[in-house]
Amino acid sequence: MNKRRVIVIGGGLAGLAATMKMAELGMSILLVSFLPVKRSHSVCAQGGINGAVNIKGEGDSPEIHFYDTVKGGDFLAHQPLCKDMCLHAPYIINLMDRLGVTFNRTPEGNLDFRRFGGTLYHRTAFAGATTGQQLLYALDEQVRHFEVQGLVEKMEWHEYLGAVLNDDGRCVGAIIHNLRSGEIKAEKGDAVILATGGPGLVYGRTTNSMVCTGTAVTSAYLQGAKYGNGEFIQIHPSAIPGRDKLRLMSESARGEGGRVWVPRKAGDSRKPREIPEKERFYFLEERYPLFGNLVPRDVGAREIYDICVNDKLGVHGEMKVYLDLTHHTREFLDHRLGGILEIYEKFTGVDPHEEPMEIFPAVHYSMGGIWTDYTRTEDGLIDHQSPNNQMTSITGLYAAGEADYQYHGGNRLGANSLLSCIYTGLMMSPGVINYVNNVPESVEDVAENVFADATRQWQEKFSEIKGMSGKENPYALHREMAEEMISNVLIVRDNSKLKSTLDKIDEFESRWKNIKCVDTTDWSNPVPSFINQLWNMIQLSKIITKGALLRDEFRGSHYKPEFDLSQPSDFKPETYLEFEKQKEAGIVKENAFEPEHLAYMKRFSVNNKKWLKTTIATYKEGRPEISYEEVDTSLIAPRPRKYD
Amino acid sequence: MPDTVTLKIKRQDSETSDSYWETFTIPYIPRSNVISCLMDIQANPVNAKGEEVTPVVWESNCLEEVCGACTMVINGKVHQSCSALVDQLEKPISLEPMSKFPVVRDLAVDRARMFGALKKVQAWVTADGYHDLGPGERESTSHQEVAYKLSECMTCGCCVEACPQYSLSNNFLGAAAISQSRLFNMHPTAKNIADERLDTLMQKGGIADCGNAQNCVEACPKSIPLTESIAEMGRQVSGKFWRNIFQA
Ligand SMILES: Cc1cc2nc3c(=O)[nH]c(=O)nc-3n(C[C@H](O)[C@H](O)[C@H](O)COP(=O)(O)OP(=O)(O)OC[C@H]3O[C@@H](n4cnc5c(N)ncnc54)[C@H](O)[C@@H]3O)c2cc1C
Ligand code: SF4
Ligand code: SF4
Ligand code: FES
Repeated sequence: MNKRRVIVIGGGLAGLAATMKMAELGMSILLVSFLPVKRSHSVCAQGGINGAVNIKGEGDSPEIHFYDTVKGGDFLAHQPLCKDMCLHAPYIINLMDRLGVTFNRTPEGNLDFRRFGGTLYHRTAFAGATTGQQLLYALDEQVRHFEVQGLVEKMEWHEYLGAVLNDDGRCVGAIIHNLRSGEIKAEKGDAVILATGGPGLVYGRTTNSMVCTGTAVTSAYLQGAKYGNGEFIQIHPSAIPGRDKLRLMSESARGEGGRVWVPRKAGDSRKPREIPEKERFYFLEERYPLFGNLVPRDVGAREIYDICVNDKLGVHGEMKVYLDLTHHTREFLDHRLGGILEIYEKFTGVDPHEEPMEIFPAVHYSMGGIWTDYTRTEDGLIDHQSPNNQMTSITGLYAAGEADYQYHGGNRLGANSLLSCIYTGLMMSPGVINYVNNVPESVEDVAENVFADATRQWQEKFSEIKGMSGKENPYALHREMAEEMISNVLIVRDNSKLKSTLDKIDEFESRWKNIKCVDTTDWSNPVPSFINQLWNMIQLSKIITKGALLRDEFRGSHYKPEFDLSQPSDFKPETYLEFEKQKEAGIVKENAFEPEHLAYMKRFSVNNKKWLKTTIATYKEGRPEISYEEVDTSLIAPRPRKYD
Repeated sequence: MPDTVTLKIKRQDSETSDSYWETFTIPYIPRSNVISCLMDIQANPVNAKGEEVTPVVWESNCLEEVCGACTMVINGKVHQSCSALVDQLEKPISLEPMSKFPVVRDLAVDRARMFGALKKVQAWVTADGYHDLGPGERESTSHQEVAYKLSECMTCGCCVEACPQYSLSNNFLGAAAISQSRLFNMHPTAKNIADERLDTLMQKGGIADCGNAQNCVEACPKSIPLTESIAEMGRQVSGKFWRNIFQA
């Protein structure tokens, strides 16, 4: 057996996929998780996982999936990674099927596929309405088997605080906090993978789970790792209001024919079913005849905002619209959407079989994350043996899953995240093992004081936190900060508000110093951890807000109306390709284009030159310093997006 | 509408310390659930007597009844606290930790035994490898419907909390693990080790310990047909028993 060992932090889909694959390759794994891995956030995913298996004979292919992904992300994603991911997607779905995922079936017994946003194909495999749960369980079971065989050791109820770096700045282990005993100690690992999920809790109530604080990757950023595309936060068009959480109404509700509408008359007080068909405004269907209710999420969320805020047509005058499934039979709905309709009924007391649901946009996903690397091959795919794949800018520290930044560009397509999580976990494994087998010095030979110093630092920090005796309640402070982010760094962004939010965040940071540690006991005390997480969330909110402030354009989920390039309504994206071709050849036949189109294309071209770049945040003197990096767009030429 | 909600919470500082009841009265806010109340207490940890106390400790993650973390005994009935809506509960609301597991602190308990049971019944598919081996077997929709229902089990513990046979001092596997063995015994490749699972179920703590009280199925929040699973595994076990006799 391999004497070297990899530490995986987080047992969502990404962490479990990596653990399972590396264990298969004979590597010993220490799997660390905040809570039992079976309870990870990935269980929340409802709708499904994408893969162009073309079961429906529509002519779908991984190439088209690749194109949809890149276009959906407004060309900000790294294309070789997307291409490699989409190419592997059918295999991943088959693998998960073999591992026991109870995917829905066609009458002939094949896997069934449904439609999702941002594509015209049936490309999403699903297991009822709890696909994420089913995928996670299958991986959890494989990892449990390895645990029995002794290749995987689990430390659940443990929290990652930071990386242990040797004198060369290479990661040689992790500082782990036992959430029961409170003990803080170093674990040695020849490589460490952060598969710690997204940062939704920066916005307080979102569709995310309670552990999605982004604190692990922020800690890496504070230790010098680059953070990518922080400002790209996905707002999901359809969530259910709640006091503790904004529960998601999956896009699959629209994939199965759900229709979004508002009453044509502002302030209409009739019950939805009393409003006759012609007095309903199916605004997505009218404005986007081709994609209809299945426009990508950024478009959907903006349209809902527009209808409610600008047109004032929101249901009961509030930021809410109807999502209507009542035209389907109960049987159809129960079979295909049972789980999510149950959630709606359970948490609102209204039966969506009988009444249209009331939904509104909520923070859902972070396209941005800790920066990671990759090695591409000549033909634009990924070299799976490369130790660079998924490595952060700290040598030996890797990241995977929602924690990383490079697969979804400016906007993620529905059902592509479960895919990217499993894909990254599997794809990176051989490279990580190559890295581990070739490290200049095994962790066993690293001087003990490296671990002892790091441990002491964290122990001191936590005893300082426990000693905090100011006036602020950490949980109340978190609520306030989240309100600020929700109010000003959401769907529509405005520079003056972003600027004042940055100042506000600085105020939160000073108020953090005046926190009272409301529980100072030693056993199973979550408060000191939370105070530390809150500090990291404050740092992360700076990354998001500053990135948003400096990016003066409209791309994907990042919308600043004043920089909207105003695409003419009759413009065709292919025209732009022609324009670019002529530009490249050195002569643009200006009169071959309509003047309005030409002017738009010039604007678009200038804008892309300046902004088609990854935002990089680096921690300098207490703040994120922002710079920009090139994106690999060599496989599909960037062009304007259009969905109508 | 009331303007406050009162919660009576059974607290305990650690596994070995004594438990005590503490009452909290917080402002009523529409659409609250038990977890949002606990969050309100966190943000202002003051009990009904006006004393500043430590916030209550509990476990939760998904907040939408799919992770199983937040199970506790609410007004005497075991349930997920995230889907327990204040408007639908009798007041004052009483909260207690589950009684069939060691208490970690306050409402958080240690359910390691349930994950251990999944190891005992070998609740997994044995794969030849994770490389591309093409698609899995075709399956009928009716098979999928049965399997899907079973695979929704989130190891939450409601079934075993309600079970008269499951106790802190015995080693009964419990309904959830028995039901999982049924799930894997019906999987086209995992059933290759069906007999090993049956051997486990025939041992002490196995299926014979079930007294057929059927409390489990009523307690399961996911409506998993546990008694059906127990009956099915009972059939498989006695089939194996007779085969053993004839082969001996
Ligand atoms: C409601 C909802 C529905 C969704 N539906 C879909 C869908 O249908 N299709 C789709 O493709 N995507 C969907 N998504 C997105 C997708 O579910 C997530 O992006 C994905 O599951 C993230 O997986 P992950 O492996 O990166 O991390 P997670 O599943 O979030 O796991 C993170 C792990 O890290 C651990 N952890 C975190 N911090 C620490 C720390 N400091 N120390 C130790 N451990 C730590 C946690 O315990 C956990 O085990 C949905 C998201 C939501 C919110
Ligand atoms: S049937 Fe009764 S005894 Fe058997 S597992 Fe269920 S509750 Fe326990
Ligand atoms: S069978 Fe039901 S009650 Fe028992 S652990 Fe599973 S989900 Fe919970
Ligand atoms: S928090 Fe996941 S079930 Fe309640």
